[in-house]
Amino acid sequence: MSNGWGVTKFILRRLGFGVLTLLIVSLIIFGATQLLPSDAAQTQLGRNATPASVAKLREELGLNKPKVEQYTSWLTGIVTGDPGKSLVGSKLPVLDGMGDRVINSLFLLALASLVSVPISLWLGAYMARRKAPILSNSMLALASMPEFVLGVVLVIVFSTRLWKVLPAVSAIDIGKGPWTDPKGAILPTITLALGAIPYISRTARASLAEVLQSDYVEMARLKGLHERQVMRRHAFPNALGPVFQVIALNVAYFAAGVIIVETVFNFPGIGGAMSTAVKARDIPTIQFLAMVLAGVYVVTNIAADVATILVTPRLRTRLQ
Amino acid sequence: MSTTAETSAVATVAKPPGVLKVAFRLWRTRAGAIIALALTIVAIFGRYVAPYGEQKGIAKAFQPAAKTRLPSTFGSAKVGHDVWTRFLYGGRPILIAAILSTILALVIGTIIGLAAAYNRRKLDGFLMRTMDIILALPQVITALVVLSMLGAKTYLIILTVGLSTVPRIARVVRGAAVSVVERDFIGAAEALGESRTRILFSELLPNVAAPLLVEANLRLTFAIGLISGISFLGFTPDLGAANWGLMINENRGGIIPNHWGVTLPVLAVALLTISTGLIGDGISRAAAGLDRQKDEA
Repeated sequence: MSNGWGVTKFILRRLGFGVLTLLIVSLIIFGATQLLPSDAAQTQLGRNATPASVAKLREELGLNKPKVEQYTSWLTGIVTGDPGKSLVGSKLPVLDGMGDRVINSLFLLALASLVSVPISLWLGAYMARRKAPILSNSMLALASMPEFVLGVVLVIVFSTRLWKVLPAVSAIDIGKGPWTDPKGAILPTITLALGAIPYISRTARASLAEVLQSDYVEMARLKGLHERQVMRRHAFPNALGPVFQVIALNVAYFAAGVIIVETVFNFPGIGGAMSTAVKARDIPTIQFLAMVLAGVYVVTNIAADVATILVTPRLRTRLQ
Repeated sequence: MSTTAETSAVATVAKPPGVLKVAFRLWRTRAGAIIALALTIVAIFGRYVAPYGEQKGIAKAFQPAAKTRLPSTFGSAKVGHDVWTRFLYGGRPILIAAILSTILALVIGTIIGLAAAYNRRKLDGFLMRTMDIILALPQVITALVVLSMLGAKTYLIILTVGLSTVPRIARVVRGAAVSVVERDFIGAAEALGESRTRILFSELLPNVAAPLLVEANLRLTFAIGLISGISFLGFTPDLGAANWGLMINENRGGIIPNHWGVTLPVLAVALLTISTGLIGDGISRAAAGLDRQKDEA
C-alpha cells in the first residue's frame, strides 16, 4: 500500500543519513588522532624512547602506510569487530572484557530508563493538571546541574556523611554480571535517571497540556467519563509522540552521560572504560569507544524519529 | 532617513517593552542574576582575598579545620592545601572558559542560523545537514577525543566546547528566523537595496533576540557543566592549579575526614548552573508572556 511505502522510504532515507553521519563521525575521530603533534607511536612511548623502539611500534601500528589505507583498515577493523590492540598495559586486544562492560552499561541504561520513564510520565501528567510550582522549579534546578554534581551530592548524602546506606563505588567484578551487586547499581541509576527526568517530564507536561485543551478531551469529559479514564484513554495516547522523541533523546543522552557517571561511581561499564582510556591516551580504545557511543547515539535518534512517525498518524499520512 | 525610521518603527512595534526588562520583573530572573553575579565575583576576584597562596600547604591532607597546622576555616584538601583558598582560586578557569566558549558558539551559530534562514534555497540544506552531523557526536565525546589527543590547553577547551555548541545555537536561530524572513519588512529592506549583512544583523537578528537569549543561557549552563565535568575527569590545563571540577574529584577520597573540599566546589557548580538556568527560564517566560500579549492584541 502507498502508506506503507511512504513510511519505508522515510525509514530508508533516515538510515542512509545515519550511515553517512557515522562515516563522517569516523573521519572526525580518525582525523583527531592525525592532529597529534607527534604520531601515536611517539606519544605512547614518551619523549625518552629510543628511535629504534619508536620505529618498531610505528611499523606494528601500521603508521608507515598511506593515511587513506590506515583509515580504511581502521574502519574495517571497527566494523568487523577487530579494533586492534590496546596501547597500554599488557597490550590486550581492545575488545578484551569489553563485552562484559557493554552488558554492565546496558544494564545501567535499562535500569535508568525503567526508573525515569514512568516517573517522568507521572510527573508530567501531574504538572499538566496542576500548577505545582515547587515541583516544576525543582525540575528546572535538576535540569541545570551537571550529572557529576548530582552523583557526588548523592554520594555525600547516601554513602558518606548523612545517611550511610549505599556504597559510594560499585564493587562489581567484571564478568560477573551487574545483578550480583544490585546495591552498587542504585546510585548510578538514580544519577542518570535524575538527569533525564526533568526533560521527559517537561515534554510530557507540555504535550499533555496541549492535548487536554483539545475538543475530543472536552467531549470525553462532557460525556461524563471519569477523569482517570479521560487521561488514560483519550489524552495520553495522543500526547505520546513528542514524549517518545524525548525518551529516545534521553537514551542517547545516557550514551554520553555514562562516561562521567560511571567514573564517579567506578562502575565497570564502557563509560568508565572510555574515561580510563582517555586518561592513558590509549588511542585505539578511545577511537573504538567513541565510535560505539556515537553509534548508540545515532541509532537511538533514528529510532526516535521512526517511533514518532509510527505513533503519530498525522505525520504518517503526510509521508504518502 | 525617513525610510530607515519607518523600518525600525516596524521592528519596535513587533517587539514591545524588551524581553530582558520584562524578564527582570520576575523573581526567578532576579534571584538567578544575583546568585550568578555573586559567584562570578567569587570566581574572578576571590583569589585576591584568599588567606593563603594557591600552592601553600597548611596541614596534612584532608584534615578537618580543628586539626590544621595553620588556622583554616574549612580544613585542608589534597596535598594539604587550604580548602577555602583553593576554592577561591578554582572558579576562574571554569567560568572564563565557559563564557568564552559560549560567546564563540553564539557568534558562529547565529551567523550560520541567520544565513541558513535567509538563504533557504542555496545554503539552508547544506548548512543544516552539516549541523545535524556535528550534533550526532555527543559533546563530551568530542571534547574527550580532542583533548586527550591534543592536551587540555585552555584555548583547545574553549574551541572544542564552543564549536561543538555551534549547531545547537544555529538550529534555534534558524528556527526562529525562518518565519521572520517571510515578513514584509524584510522584503521592504530588500527593495530598498539594503546590504545582505545589514538585513541579517539589523533586520533579522533583533527579531530573534528572545529565543537567542534563552538559548544563550541554556548553552552557558551546559558549558559550565561540561567544562567542570571534563575538569572533573582530569582534563585541565594545569593539574596543580585549583579548579572546582578537579577539586571535587581530588578531594573525594578525603570526604570522610573533611567533606568541605568536595562540598564547597559542588555547591558552587550547582548554584552557578541553577542560577543561569533560572535566568534562562525567566527570559523564556517573559518571551512567552510577550507573545501571548501580541496574540491578544
